[in-house]
Amino acid sequence: MPFDVVAQQFKLAYLLQALAVFAAVVGLVLLALHRGPARRRGAAFLLIAPALLLLTVGLLLPGLHTLALSFTDGGGSWAGLDNYRWMFTDPEALIALRNTLIWVVLVPLLVTAVGLLYAAAVVRSRFRALALSLVLLPMAISFVGAGLVWRFVYAYRPAEAEQIGLLNQLVLAFGGEPRQWLVDSPWNVLFLIVAMVWAQAGFAAVLLAGAIRAVPDELVEAALLDGASPRQVFWRITIPSIRPTLLVVVLAEAIGTLKAFDIVRTMTAGRFETGVIAQEMYDQAFRYGETGRGAALAVLLFVLVTPVVACQVRARRRAA
Amino acid sequence: MSGVRERLTSRAFSLTAVVIAVLWTTPTLGLLLSSFRPEQEIKTTGWWTMLGSPHLTLDNYGEVVSGGGNGSGRLAEYFVNSVVITVPSVLFPLVLAFFAAYALAWIDFRGRDALVVGIFALQVVPLQMALAPLLKLFSQGWLFLPAWNPTGPARFGHVWFAHTVFALPFAVFLLHNFLAGLPRDLIEAARVDGASHRTLLLRIVLPLARPALVTFAIIQFVWVWNDLLVALTLSGGTADTAPMTVRLAELAGTRGDEWQRLTAGAFVSALVPILVFLSLQRHLARGLLAGSVKG
Repeated sequence: MPFDVVAQQFKLAYLLQALAVFAAVVGLVLLALHRGPARRRGAAFLLIAPALLLLTVGLLLPGLHTLALSFTDGGGSWAGLDNYRWMFTDPEALIALRNTLIWVVLVPLLVTAVGLLYAAAVVRSRFRALALSLVLLPMAISFVGAGLVWRFVYAYRPAEAEQIGLLNQLVLAFGGEPRQWLVDSPWNVLFLIVAMVWAQAGFAAVLLAGAIRAVPDELVEAALLDGASPRQVFWRITIPSIRPTLLVVVLAEAIGTLKAFDIVRTMTAGRFETGVIAQEMYDQAFRYGETGRGAALAVLLFVLVTPVVACQVRARRRAA
Repeated sequence: MSGVRERLTSRAFSLTAVVIAVLWTTPTLGLLLSSFRPEQEIKTTGWWTMLGSPHLTLDNYGEVVSGGGNGSGRLAEYFVNSVVITVPSVLFPLVLAFFAAYALAWIDFRGRDALVVGIFALQVVPLQMALAPLLKLFSQGWLFLPAWNPTGPARFGHVWFAHTVFALPFAVFLLHNFLAGLPRDLIEAARVDGASHRTLLLRIVLPLARPALVTFAIIQFVWVWNDLLVALTLSGGTADTAPMTVRLAELAGTRGDEWQRLTAGAFVSALVPILVFLSLQRHLARGLLAGSVKG
């Protein structure tokens, strides 16, 4: 079927309609607000009510509903802790838990290390802006795109054929055998993590470069005058000065990693023992129809994310 | 002695930077170059060999954007969907959160502090917690809410709703932090002059809040445009309403070795974010810092 122009016109017409309705609602709110300065409470209600209504219907109640679902078998009958027992005994679910643990340890660590190294190296360079754009590019390409980029790097052809994947070509060049990087467990987990680190390092580099630039020059110069080596300056002055931002980056990566879904889904769809919680949750809830199990995994995600977000909100206040 | 060491350190530093930059750009470069190669060559030879015999073509892009076959990308239609999804999904939470944040920051009423804490706290709820019940709510209705199960373009409504809701706690948090930091004198002076809330909101607070609004808009744009999970769950998965990410993930799953389409497709879908990144580079660092809470 070629490009259907009429169908696109319908979509755009619907978009304009929705925008017009929204504008009308906003206009009404603003009109009502104009009624004199005294009616403060009414104004507050008017301004907060739409957001509050949406949050209640779209997030709070569904969240509680999921919590309740996690104690049922998905069909509506009470199942007690069965779903949670399943989560910690089923081999596939356990692999997802194990992998998530590996992800959440390695990704923040590697992303922060690479980002810090790169930021420190380019921050005083003439090409700083360009250098940071280069590593930030993967963020624009999206996780789905990053998954594709790395699947192409890992592409496999049998040894007798010519390789099209860069990694296997390099392995061949050093006298090795081409391998199916995304298939061979357990190392394939690491090859997925590489894609995630690649996609996220630019975020860390940009934030850390900003923090390093904010370190007062006098501090660095005074240390150098006192005979400190650049390495000492880095460890004793730069790192302590940017500690709040480092914390923000590590925690942000931990949150993002716990919810990692797109990369796994695009690269292996969780096969070959590469599943993680967020992807397993999607499969259980929306592919296998195991609503109860999916809900239990979502609750687990909530429990894992909550303390990290709480730390993050506090850390951010200090970094900003 | 110290001079030598310094030069060594800084040289090692520069070398590290170059190595990282090369490692970070080569995979993308490989995909980009491949997207211009004829199908037969992509599938049989490595992209690094094209430097010897470059045959360039735009066929892959033509095929993936508007090709006729069943396996072609038809990305043009999905591109329209991505645009239709993104515009309201950025605008709705932006306006609603701005209203709420203004009221929470500058209007005194009972229970305000509890409300602020409550909305902030909702940031910890991962959207995974809400997806399955939302899907059920739309298809069957729930409690006093009727089912909302439209066909055709009206299905975009589901995705707008979900993106708006999921963005609100963070948006209110971000904008409230900013608005609460505005100078009190300014607001009080306007109040004394008898300004209504509308005047305050539009004439005084809005212009001052521009940086925070831009920051949120960037974060939310990148988030929505690149989102896969919400789209996969709620957008129906067809060319009628699904965005490009869904199509790309689908091609990757069913036609994982059709690199002529996947390479070109990846760049078509990245085109708009890249343009946004390049044109809004100044705001980017602040946006990333602000967005680090959002997961």
